[in-house]
Amino acid sequence: MSTVLETRNLSKRFGGFFASSNVSLDIKQGARHALIGPNGAGKTTLINLLTGFLEPTSGEVFLKGDNVTRLSQHQRVKRGLVRTFQINRLFAEMTVLESVTLSVCERMGLGWKWWRPVGAHTAAIDEAAELLSTLRLLDVAHAPTRSLAYGRQRMIEIALALAAKPEVLLLDEPAAGVPTDESRGLFETIARLPREVTILLIEHDMDLVFRFAERISVLVGGALLTEDVPEVIARDPRVREVYLGTSLDD
Amino acid sequence: MTVIFDGIASGLLLFLISVGLSVTLGLMNFVNLAHGSFAMFGGYICVILLNRHGVPFLAALPVVTLASALAGVVLERTLYRRLYGASHLDQVLFSIGLVFMSISVAHYFFGAQQQPLQLPPMLSGQFNLPGLDIGVYRLFLIVVGLLIAIALQWMIARTRFGAQLRAAVDNPRAARGLGIDVDRVFVLTFALGSALAGLGGALGVEMLGLDPEFPVKYIVYFLIVVAVGGSGNIKGSLYASLIIGICDVAGKYYVPQIGAFVIYAVMVATLIFRPQGLFGRGAAK
Amino acid sequence: MSSNLAAPPATPANGFDPGPLRNAARWHRAEYAFWVLPVLAYFVFAENLSLLSQIAIAALFCLSLDLILGYAGIVSLGHAAFFGVGAYTAGLLAKHGWGDPLLGLGAAAAIAAATGFITSFLVLRGSDLTRLMVTLGVAVMFYEAANKLTAFTGGVDGLQGVEVKPIFGVFGFDLYGKTAYWYSLIVLFIMFCLARRLVHSPFGLSLRGIRQNLTRMPAIGAPVNGRLVAAYTIGAAYAGVAGALLTQTTQFVSLDVLSFSRSAELLLILVLGGTGRLYGALIGTMVFMTAHHFLSGINPQYWQFWLGAALVLVVLFARDGIMGMLQRLHAAGRKAP
Ligand SMILES: Nc1ncnc2c1ncn2[C@@H]1O[C@H](COP(=O)(O)OP(=O)(O)O)[C@@H](O)[C@H]1O
Ligand SMILES: [Mg+2]
Repeated sequence: MSTVLETRNLSKRFGGFFASSNVSLDIKQGARHALIGPNGAGKTTLINLLTGFLEPTSGEVFLKGDNVTRLSQHQRVKRGLVRTFQINRLFAEMTVLESVTLSVCERMGLGWKWWRPVGAHTAAIDEAAELLSTLRLLDVAHAPTRSLAYGRQRMIEIALALAAKPEVLLLDEPAAGVPTDESRGLFETIARLPREVTILLIEHDMDLVFRFAERISVLVGGALLTEDVPEVIARDPRVREVYLGTSLDD
Repeated sequence: MTVIFDGIASGLLLFLISVGLSVTLGLMNFVNLAHGSFAMFGGYICVILLNRHGVPFLAALPVVTLASALAGVVLERTLYRRLYGASHLDQVLFSIGLVFMSISVAHYFFGAQQQPLQLPPMLSGQFNLPGLDIGVYRLFLIVVGLLIAIALQWMIARTRFGAQLRAAVDNPRAARGLGIDVDRVFVLTFALGSALAGLGGALGVEMLGLDPEFPVKYIVYFLIVVAVGGSGNIKGSLYASLIIGICDVAGKYYVPQIGAFVIYAVMVATLIFRPQGLFGRGAAK
Repeated sequence: MSSNLAAPPATPANGFDPGPLRNAARWHRAEYAFWVLPVLAYFVFAENLSLLSQIAIAALFCLSLDLILGYAGIVSLGHAAFFGVGAYTAGLLAKHGWGDPLLGLGAAAAIAAATGFITSFLVLRGSDLTRLMVTLGVAVMFYEAANKLTAFTGGVDGLQGVEVKPIFGVFGFDLYGKTAYWYSLIVLFIMFCLARRLVHSPFGLSLRGIRQNLTRMPAIGAPVNGRLVAAYTIGAAYAGVAGALLTQTTQFVSLDVLSFSRSAELLLILVLGGTGRLYGALIGTMVFMTAHHFLSGINPQYWQFWLGAALVLVVLFARDGIMGMLQRLHAAGRKAP
């Protein structure tokens, strides 16, 4: 299978501290890849580097074979690399349908159209409604985003990303802060995404990770500790040590 | 030479008035555009004391300082503190509201005219050295300004309050965690800033003039000091004030067409290329 | 003006009705009623036409700030810069024999837009505070420039000798200000309709997105800087047109078109009216200018005091302004039987 997302020696320094150091990842087309590591390991930082939210101190990012290290965030999104945020970044005053339509409009390249009203771009609205329907959010489509419970807001976080039709989707702790019963539904949704979408998932719940992922990378102190299939990772003593060491004071 | 001398005097005056603005911005993250109103308040108190009650100038200054501090405390407790968490836009609007109110109150009590201020004989006049005319009052301003700058620096560096202030500026949350009463630091700082502004306003009547439009007229200058000096940076404010004072006086003297222009351009450029101020703690965090 | 929306709704998914978003841009009954007011005002306040023109012009100016602040979220304490550029452009043209009003408006819009485009790069980055100071700094630079270039602008004495020709060569500006009023009102209405289209379009939606969550926008593929530059440029053009209107209807340009207090007052009017709503800008201006007219007739200083007090109260208690209050009243009225 071909590589879709690759990093070479990616590093990020904050002052004298390396939040990412020499990370070289290789993610295959259609992969279900998980990124794990204790708090502060640099997982979010890595996603920030991949998406251009942060500029790397050194190293490179390749998307479908092209060097995208110098591209801005929205250019990478246009090439199919889309993320969600660990802490919701939503459009609080918009209705759910409006905000997803916004994302659809941007993907369809309508963002500069200023003459016809959003309502006249029916294709965009229909697509947004359909996405909401798959995510079971249709009943709150006309509710302001800020009025929803956190669990549902978390779904909107994902909806905004899906509306951009990602080829590679980076999910940063999608279930963070969501009650357990709701997080099941959320992961089912993620698991049902088509195989064309490559997924890199950051998640703390090991059960979920081992059920979902086909490959797992372990990040510790900004550096890649190891990468392998779940069975091997589960038996790796170094990984156990890392997790025992931190889960105690969690 | 005389130009530089006068520039230093006006720079120190500017420093006195705007250092409080810089510290409230750095410490409380509060944009107080009404800071000039405190200076105006000080100026009017001073004029009243002198002209209506015949209090000698030097005796009036401490009274002015105390009165301004008191006004600062009252306003901080009743109004300002409600907006500490608000957006900068809200703070700006709010303080513009206060500016408007203060302007009209000043109008009501004192009319639109410039207030006269008779300096005591010992502070007026000038003596001339070769190539340098020294106005006695300017010299007085420089001495007072420098003394206060030194005292402030000492207070910040050496006293307990200064340590708390520095801790709170660097990181209010951590300071709270250390058991520092951040609220109290806020009030005291606000009072101190207002007191200095009031004192500066009183000292400045002779150089800057005093009329109800004062807070608007000089607002840009105060903001420039903050922008160039870096918010919350006392030494930075001092250097920035001196530079601006000298440039302003020299600019008006030598190149009256573009004098003010240059200063504004410097401010905009600073904001864009060095948002932390020219004398900030360096670009690398 | 209404709609190309009459198309029958596509089969809604799961019986879902996308109507509220589909029809969001339709003209509401209250809007038609609103636009009857200025026409009525022409007859009712016939002896106060110059005030009415001032209101229309200020409303357009306020609309321009709403586009950049209320929609794109760029705070500005220096918006008068563009108003002034427009005012001087129209004034200088008219003074030198190019007195055609529409030419003046067009030129003012173009030059103000160019100014906005160039300065927009200064406000792309930075916190609200930085933007406030940068816009203020830019505006005072313009003020200083106009103040010093006396040969050109007349400096503090203002620009004299502005001679505006009749509109379309037919409608001359009369002493009573009739032409001036209709002219200002029609320009306001046209510009309003354009702005209304813009804010309801995908472009407008993306501006709201930027205001509500700047950092999310690039992550859904939106080029934020480009949008901000565009919004700022458009806002500047609007302000320029408002400035040109003022010049043309008063046949004079005073230096204070560029003043700080004009920028500050504008911000205040918009906040009183309610940011992020076009009618907030219009209603805010109407209320403000009317109150100003009557109260400052009584005593200008009282007026400024109450204005300041109102601002303080709005910030403390009614951050969404008059429009917000109206909407809450409306919602409450619906709930009550
Ligand atoms: N913008 C930043 N400035 C300074 N340090 C940062 C910044 N972002 C993250 N860090 C630091 O980098 C480390 C990794 O953070 P992060 O990537 O968020 O970890 P994770 O997502 O694995 O929990 C942390 O120690 C964090 O404090
Ligand atoms: Mg994280």
